[in-house]
Amino acid sequence: MTSTTIAPVAAASAPAGATPPPPPRRRRWSRTAIFGFVFVLPAALYIVIFQLVPVVYGLVLSFTSYSPLSRSGPEFTGVDNYAELLGDADFGNALLVTGRYVLQVLPITVVLALGLALLVNRPFKGVGLFRSALYVPHIVSLTAVSMVWLWMYSQTGLFNEVLGFFGAPAQSWLLDSDSALNAVSAMRIWKALGSNMVLLLAGLQSIPRDLYEAARVDGAGRWATFRYVTLPGLRPMLVYVVAMDIIYLAQGFAEIYVLTQGGPLGSTTTVNYLIYTEAFQYNQMGSASAMAFVLFALIIGFSVLAVRGVMGRQK
Amino acid sequence: MTASIETRRASALRRMRRGHAPGEGRVGSIITLVLVTVLVMVPFAWVVSLSFTPQSEAFGSVSLFPANPTLENYATAFFDADLARALLNSAVVGLVTVATNCILAVLAGYAFAMLPFPGNKALFYTLISTAAIPISVTLIPLFLMARGIPLVGGNDILGQGGSGLLDTLAGVILPYIVMPMNIFLARQFFTSAPLELGEAARMDGAGELRIFFSVYLPLAKPLIAVVAIFSFTGVWDDFLWPLVVTSSQEVQTVQLALARFLGSGNVQYGPLMAGTVIATVPVLIVFLFNQRSFISGLSDGGVKG
Repeated sequence: MTSTTIAPVAAASAPAGATPPPPPRRRRWSRTAIFGFVFVLPAALYIVIFQLVPVVYGLVLSFTSYSPLSRSGPEFTGVDNYAELLGDADFGNALLVTGRYVLQVLPITVVLALGLALLVNRPFKGVGLFRSALYVPHIVSLTAVSMVWLWMYSQTGLFNEVLGFFGAPAQSWLLDSDSALNAVSAMRIWKALGSNMVLLLAGLQSIPRDLYEAARVDGAGRWATFRYVTLPGLRPMLVYVVAMDIIYLAQGFAEIYVLTQGGPLGSTTTVNYLIYTEAFQYNQMGSASAMAFVLFALIIGFSVLAVRGVMGRQK
Repeated sequence: MTASIETRRASALRRMRRGHAPGEGRVGSIITLVLVTVLVMVPFAWVVSLSFTPQSEAFGSVSLFPANPTLENYATAFFDADLARALLNSAVVGLVTVATNCILAVLAGYAFAMLPFPGNKALFYTLISTAAIPISVTLIPLFLMARGIPLVGGNDILGQGGSGLLDTLAGVILPYIVMPMNIFLARQFFTSAPLELGEAARMDGAGELRIFFSVYLPLAKPLIAVVAIFSFTGVWDDFLWPLVVTSSQEVQTVQLALARFLGSGNVQYGPLMAGTVIATVPVLIVFLFNQRSFISGLSDGGVKG
């Protein structure tokens, strides 16, 4: 799960800071270079075979019709899978659900996390305690926290207890197609708050202190300082946080599996959940692969858009 | 450009630690923090409470402090749900992953930083960019590849005929053996390690493997800690891949075992919450003992490019 944390930043910042590579020099590899290559080899081979080859394999599969139960191998069908997705109501619904999920979790999480990061940015006795406590939902597995929220949403769970205390009728949070996705989103906001906060905190601490002093000398108020010093300084981290959130949220699965199984009436069927059922319950691995690549393209597209959006206000 | 940001960031961090910062509006912000923290922790308080609440009390008005606390839920969790087996499976999968990452990924990151060879930058960025590939894209191919590994699980040399690594612990481990992010962290770490030590050892005639294992690896304890933590928690928490690759209870991991509590229609929240506590404690312990490197590892890893 954590394995997707790094690359976008590295990829995004590499071109910015890199000088153009020197022209290749033709000379014999030194002894250390040979060892370097040998040391890298096992990891490189593994990643090529189990990360890069699967991407190509998946792309090939997406142009075939394939059931793992059939004796024959994948059968080439051209762009049929993609064409079918265009008119597929279930897939359209899953796209909308995924989009809504990302759009309603992301802004709330980032804004709340930024507020918390500002609060825990000041050193005071016990600040470490708050930082750690707020981070705990992030380190507890999604499955486990989903279990917890499943109980809280249940008929006799915490939320209905609280409602009952105020004399309000019990709700069936996860069983109602109007509220199910909101209920899952609330859980996800709670879960994502801490990790976003820690990352934004790191961003805040990277802003040079003299800028704040300069702002104070210039007589800038709190809001002006935030607007002209904090936000611009935080932008690289903000870009990272937003892009990572999009990537994670758009792949929502475990929370859906535990809380709602995609129901009621498909109201929480995310694309990833649909891919899972299509591939492993209906054994349609070709069309499931096509779905995966459409999702992949959308994730890249929206991450780029979001990064542009956050970076765009720079000038 | 990057370098100056790095140094400024580092000096800002140092100043933060020394405690120079504006301190206006402290009381208000601390009250807000306390409130938010309590709200965030509430679910956990109830999990712990429910895990000690007898089944007979678990319905109707649930109190945070059960009238008759009991350990029966923990016993049920362990014996009924085969949770012990799942814990063992997850531990095995986690330890193997930690070992392979600490050796292979750290060795690769070390070479990228300390033993550059022609094309190493391009290879490095290719490898770590794979970390951005969504799980859904590789899920199905990996499943078919796990099934088609030759000569295991009844497969012939072409990977046909049997079930390969499906429904085995080796199959569960398959996608985690080298996590690209760990290569990245290792390279970052060794980039700032002193070159002279290796040079001196080389002068003395030490081989490269020896230099790595006896000169640099002992310096890399913080790195090893972070890599181990990331690898272990990543595997321990994963849900989708184990769900896809396993089918029998004997090889299910702890997160799957938890989800199985739900299958039986009427959910028994007491044992379920006991199971949740049991599944969470290892990660929580790892976190509490390594809090500082965990959080700074995260933020550093995210910041550096």
